[in-house]
Amino acid sequence: MTQRARQIGDALLKVEGVHLSFGGVKALSDVSFEIREHEILAIIGPNGAGKSSMLNVINGFYHPQEGTITYKGETRKRMKPHAAAKTGIARTFQNIALFRGMSTLDNIMTGRLLKMRRNFLWQALYWGPAKNEEMAHRASVERIIDFLEIQSIRRTPVGRLPYGLQKRVELGRALAAEPDLLLLDEPMAGMNVEEKEDMCRFVLDVNDEFGTTIALIEHDMSVVMDISDRVVVLDYGRKIADGTPDQVRADRVVIDAYLGVSHDQSETAEQA
Amino acid sequence: MIYREAGQFKTSYATDQMMFPILQDRIFMILVIAVAYLIPLIANEYWLQAVLIPFLILSLAAIGLNLLTGYAGQLSLGTGGFMAVGGYMTYKITTAFPDLNVLIAVLLAGLLAALVGLVFGIPSLRIKGFYLAVATLAAQFFILWLFNKVGWFVNYSPSGTITAPPRTLLGIMVTGPEATAPVRYLVVLTFLAFFALAAKNLVRGRIGRSWMAIRDMDIAAEIIGIRPFQTKLLAFAISSFYCGVAGGLYVFFYLGSAETEAFDIALSFSVLFMIIIGGLGSILGSILGAAFITMVPIFLTNAPPLIGLSMPIDLQKHIEVMLFGSLIVFFLIVEPRGLARLWQIAKEKFRLWPFPH
Repeated sequence: MTQRARQIGDALLKVEGVHLSFGGVKALSDVSFEIREHEILAIIGPNGAGKSSMLNVINGFYHPQEGTITYKGETRKRMKPHAAAKTGIARTFQNIALFRGMSTLDNIMTGRLLKMRRNFLWQALYWGPAKNEEMAHRASVERIIDFLEIQSIRRTPVGRLPYGLQKRVELGRALAAEPDLLLLDEPMAGMNVEEKEDMCRFVLDVNDEFGTTIALIEHDMSVVMDISDRVVVLDYGRKIADGTPDQVRADRVVIDAYLGVSHDQSETAEQA
Repeated sequence: MIYREAGQFKTSYATDQMMFPILQDRIFMILVIAVAYLIPLIANEYWLQAVLIPFLILSLAAIGLNLLTGYAGQLSLGTGGFMAVGGYMTYKITTAFPDLNVLIAVLLAGLLAALVGLVFGIPSLRIKGFYLAVATLAAQFFILWLFNKVGWFVNYSPSGTITAPPRTLLGIMVTGPEATAPVRYLVVLTFLAFFALAAKNLVRGRIGRSWMAIRDMDIAAEIIGIRPFQTKLLAFAISSFYCGVAGGLYVFFYLGSAETEAFDIALSFSVLFMIIIGGLGSILGSILGAAFITMVPIFLTNAPPLIGLSMPIDLQKHIEVMLFGSLIVFFLIVEPRGLARLWQIAKEKFRLWPFPH
C-alpha cells in the first residue's frame, strides 16, 4: 500500500459492549470495536447481521439497551441524530435519502445548514450578513461539486438523476458538513463496475485529502479488501472478526459465516 | 426572440443566486409592480373593492399557507382560524391603543397569530399528513368558538361583530367607512409586495432548505442536523404570522366589519385550494392560485351578459359553480403541480422559441 498522507491515529470512536434489541429480536449483542482516526473501516457481514443497526446506533437513531459509545473521548448513552451531526458525524443511506424536490445544489447546501448562523429575520431580508454567509457557503459547496465532478447537474432536481449520480450527490451532502466521521451505508450497492470504481476513488480521495475517518458497509468483497484499512465482521448481531483485510480473509469463522457450514462440518472443524 | 439570456454572463455566485437571474425577468417584475401601483388610476371602485383587494389579501394568506404546506410539508386546515386571530387581535389592539398606527396593530396581531400557530403546531411532532390536517382543524373550530363565546374579544358588542374604526396614516384615512378603495388597495398592495419578497428570501435560504428537507425526507434531515420539532414550529409560526396579517387586512381593509362566519372553514379550504391550484412550494403559485380562485367566479358572473346572453340569475349561479369546478379539475389534470409550473414551462419554451430545441 502506498504511503498515506495522514497516519492512522488513536481511536476516534469506541463501541463497547453494545446490546440492541427490538422486542424479542436481538439486533446486536455485545459488540465492541473501535474506529481509528483517519482510517477506512469496513463493516461486513451477511444480510441481517446488524450492520445498518450498528451505524444507526453510532449516529443516534437507535439507542442501545446496554453498552457505551465513546466518541472523541466523550462517552454517551443517548443522543439524538441532530446532536450527533453537530459533533461531526455524517452519513449516507442504503436506500438513497435525498430531498427529491430540491436541486443538487440545494441538497448539498442543506448539508451545510449546521454551519449557517443567521436567523430568519436576516434571511427574510437576504441582505448584508445573511447574503455574505450564503455566498461563502455556496463557494464551499462548489468545491465539493468540483471534487465529485457533478458540475453539469447542479440545477437538476435530484429526483430526475440516475441512481449512481444520486448516490454521488448524497455523498456530497454528507461531505458538505465537513464531518470528522463519515458513515457510508452501502455506497456502491446497485452500481456497475465503472460507477463503483468512481465511488471507490471518491472514498479514498475524501479519506486522503480531508483526512476524514470513514466507516462503510459494503457487500462487494473485492472493494472491501481493496480500500479498507481494517474490517469488522458481524454475524447474527455478534462480532466474529476484526482485523486487516488479509487477516479477515483467512479467518475460518468468517469463511463459515459467509459460505455457510453444515452441522457435521462445523463439528469436524471444532475437533480439528 | 425577446426572451433571451444569451450574453448575460454570471461572474459571481451572488449573480447566480439572484431571485431573477435573467435580465428580462427583472424588467418584467418591475413592470408588474409598477402597473400594480398605477392601477388605482384606471380601475373603478367596484374592481378595487370587490376584486383586487380580496385577491391581494388572500394571496398573502395563501403565501402563508404555502410556506407551511408547500414548503415544510405540514398540511393545515386552520388558516381561517389563524386569520381570525389576526382580525380580532388587530381590532383589540387598535381599540385599546387608538393612537397606535393601525399598520403596526396589524403586524402585532400577526405576531399573536404566530404564537397561536406555534401552540397548534405542537402536534406536528407526532402526527403527519392527513392526521395533522385534522388536528389543525381543531385550531379552526376552537378559535372561532372562543371569539364567539368570549365577549372580551369583541369589546362586549351585543351583535358580536367587530367593526374597523376610522384610523389615519400620514393624515390619510386608511380604515373605516370613509377610507377610499384606492388608498386601501395601495396599503394592501404594499403589504403583499413586502411580505411576498420576504417569503421568497426565506425559502431560498437556509430556512427554506431546512423546511423542504423536512418535507422531502425527515429522517435524512435529522441526520444532517436539522431539528425537526423546531423547524416545523418555525414553519407554523411564520405561516400563522402571514395568515394573521392577512386576517387583519381582511377585516380592516376589505370587509370593514366582520363576524366569525367570515373566517369559517370554507375560507380555510379556499386558501388551501389556492395553493393546490397555484402550485405547492411556490410563492408565485400562491399569488396565481389566489387570482384564479377569486377572479374566475367574477369573470364567470360577468361573462354571459357581456356576450349578450341573458339567463335567470339562479341558473347563471349554478352554471358558474359547475364551470368553476370543471376548470379546477381541468387545470389539475393538465398540470398537477399547478399554475406556477405552467408558467415555468411557458418560460422555458419562450427561451428557445422559435427553435424547437
